[in-house]
Amino acid sequence: MTKTTLMTLALGAALAAGPALADLVFPDLSYRTGPYAAGGIPFSDGYQDYFTLMNERDGGIGGAKARVIECETAYNTEKGVECYEATKGEGALIYQPLSTGITYQLIPKISADGIPLHTMGYGRTSAANGKVFEWVFNYPANYWNAASVAINYLLEENGGNLSGKKITLLYHNSAYGKEPIRTLEELASKHGYTFNSIPVDHPGQEQKSQWLQIRRERPDYVIMWGWGVMNQVAIQEAANIRFPMENFIGAWWSGAEHDVSPAGQAAHGYKALNMNRIGDLPVFDDIRQYVVEPGLAAGDGSNVGSVLYTRGMYAAMLAVEAARTAQGIHGTPDITAAMMRDGMEALEMTNARMEALGAPGIGPEFSVSCENHGGSGMGIVQQWDANNGEWVALTDYIPSDNEVIDPLIVQDSMAFAGENNITPRCE
Amino acid sequence: MFYREAGDFKTSYLSDSQTFPIRFDRFRYYAVLAVAFGVIPFLINDYWASAVFVPFLIYAIAAIGLNILTGYCGQVSLGTGGFMAVGAYSVYKLMTAFPDVNILIHVVLAGMITAAVGALFGLPSLRIKGFYLAVATLAAQFFLVWLFNKVPWFYNYSASGQISAPERTLFGVALTGPNTDASVKYLVCLGFVVVLAWVARNLTRGTVGRSWMAIRDMDIAAEIIGVNPLRAKLTAFAVSSFFVGIAGALFFAVYLGAVEVGEAFGIQKSFLILFMVIIGGLGSIFGSFAGAAFLVLLPVLLKNVLVGGLGWPTDLAAHLELMVVGALIIFFLIAEPHGLAQLWRIAKEKLRLWPFPH
Repeated sequence: MTKTTLMTLALGAALAAGPALADLVFPDLSYRTGPYAAGGIPFSDGYQDYFTLMNERDGGIGGAKARVIECETAYNTEKGVECYEATKGEGALIYQPLSTGITYQLIPKISADGIPLHTMGYGRTSAANGKVFEWVFNYPANYWNAASVAINYLLEENGGNLSGKKITLLYHNSAYGKEPIRTLEELASKHGYTFNSIPVDHPGQEQKSQWLQIRRERPDYVIMWGWGVMNQVAIQEAANIRFPMENFIGAWWSGAEHDVSPAGQAAHGYKALNMNRIGDLPVFDDIRQYVVEPGLAAGDGSNVGSVLYTRGMYAAMLAVEAARTAQGIHGTPDITAAMMRDGMEALEMTNARMEALGAPGIGPEFSVSCENHGGSGMGIVQQWDANNGEWVALTDYIPSDNEVIDPLIVQDSMAFAGENNITPRCE
Repeated sequence: MFYREAGDFKTSYLSDSQTFPIRFDRFRYYAVLAVAFGVIPFLINDYWASAVFVPFLIYAIAAIGLNILTGYCGQVSLGTGGFMAVGAYSVYKLMTAFPDVNILIHVVLAGMITAAVGALFGLPSLRIKGFYLAVATLAAQFFLVWLFNKVPWFYNYSASGQISAPERTLFGVALTGPNTDASVKYLVCLGFVVVLAWVARNLTRGTVGRSWMAIRDMDIAAEIIGVNPLRAKLTAFAVSSFFVGIAGALFFAVYLGAVEVGEAFGIQKSFLILFMVIIGGLGSIFGSFAGAAFLVLLPVLLKNVLVGGLGWPTDLAAHLELMVVGALIIFFLIAEPHGLAQLWRIAKEKLRLWPFPH
């Protein structure tokens, strides 16, 4: 009943407002509650604040105002479906659920409804194959790139030779955590290291037995695919067994300030991947001036500039750039979800463009095409400095081993195409 | 005034032993069915189907299943989530192995597989009771979830361990997959609910149900008067798991379309369904519906009122929702320890006398 009343009200308001431009709707399926909220809050703040900045500073995107509809999922797939159904009728242009589980739910649904899905560095890796996944994008990099970047970094550390080394993957026992296993196994046979994987069940507050196993097996390196409270617990447990922190590398979802700060000084030297650079970007000054100070921020403003805030803002920035590209292609500010998809497929991020947006070097340069929805697949390695309380980038963008990843992507996406009777496009 | 037997004369044994002996009650039941089958399918949209009706109907099946075991036979089970997972993974394996067979047959077969698994895990109930049995079923919950995570055969060796329901049709209409119409989803679940609730209602009124209740009320006495505890307990586990398995199969194939065992069928699911049964009322089919409605619909309603209606921040609303639902659970259980079904019974008694209570 409340929905119909609301819709009548909204309709009435729309009619009263006259022939104004329709809003560009960006639903934000966020999670500010539950065991994953620590990561969900800064990401969502960054995502929403960038759209607010567009509205306040630039008067919208190409003249059309952006409207963000927030919906709380608590990282729960059932609530995620509810949120999707509740928001898709509002003219949603793009979904970014920040959850691999919800992504798997939404891939068939958005493909049937014709709304693009952008899973930046998470979700289904083989969606990088645009020939099969018309509506799904995962640029600028995906899990398999991340796994390969981590191994490439270790190769560099060890003078190009990993044979005889023991590498253990500590992973969240879900679709998210299982994604890199196959890549790491392929790379193990290529580079000759011994690979072992240890699962941690949701939510990951109890890891005594896993770390006991690590203590017994004494791997040379531990790679972690964790999220939420699991990260903090793992870093604390690693400190408890005195595992050398510089040999402990987290994925890019395991490398935020709140993951390392609970362990205090003991977390010094912990490394993590990142798909975007961090630092004091000029765009943050604009956000403070136009969004935080007038009291329009999604959060309390304390997260501005943190790792996940920056990533959420980067996600919004890529969405805005895709919307602008779509407006350019179709010559109208009032774009639909299908036009948005065209914009995403024609997206090109150059260093000059990122500089113009006030975020020089926030991400790698990449361009999207009909075949390639996955971007360039590069990542950096950063290290936690507990003395100054900040992440320090150790490397520039490291490319991943596409020789190994590309056949895996083709194999997995073609299996999906076969199951769902999809004829590959772009030919 | 309402719910009166006056003027309702029974002239045959059949009409005397019918499920709804009071005419008013019977017509109310027909009216509910008429609205459910004749009106809602024409009005339903994707939101109402996916967020409200389909989860409500599926949880109602699971709650009826657990109510048979816990409410009617007195065996506490914390393995409901694990048994739902058995239903979901069975239907997935059947769907992908035999794509030409009708999906509805697969759902029923998945229920039967779950019934077999449930009977197997019911064996300890012959030796242990009460809290100890709860712990044994808890082991089933953790073992089954671990199994579906550990053995790649169950998820067809997919890279992520997710299972996704491919599209399956019946007479050219999609029943599973993303192109399924909202009304079709709803009608499939409604069909299963009506048939299963009818079966459950009649089972619990007959010999089998009476032997379950005898075991629940006092197992030694039941054994002395000739109820076979082995038979009664194992049939309760099998029938209950059959219902729960069908709920799990529909949950995966029709409702979500893709699941991951740890997240969808974890221990929280077992607790959720146990709470539905306790709040709804142990040993009552109506109570299973009431409990499912309470725990599925109330959070959605609160969310729509607080976020959609009042425009509150989503995190505040989500926290408040937990507090309100928790407070209401405590309130209802203090006001009526036998659940919503007992409140409904008392309301009916009052309505019979209304408006002249003395």
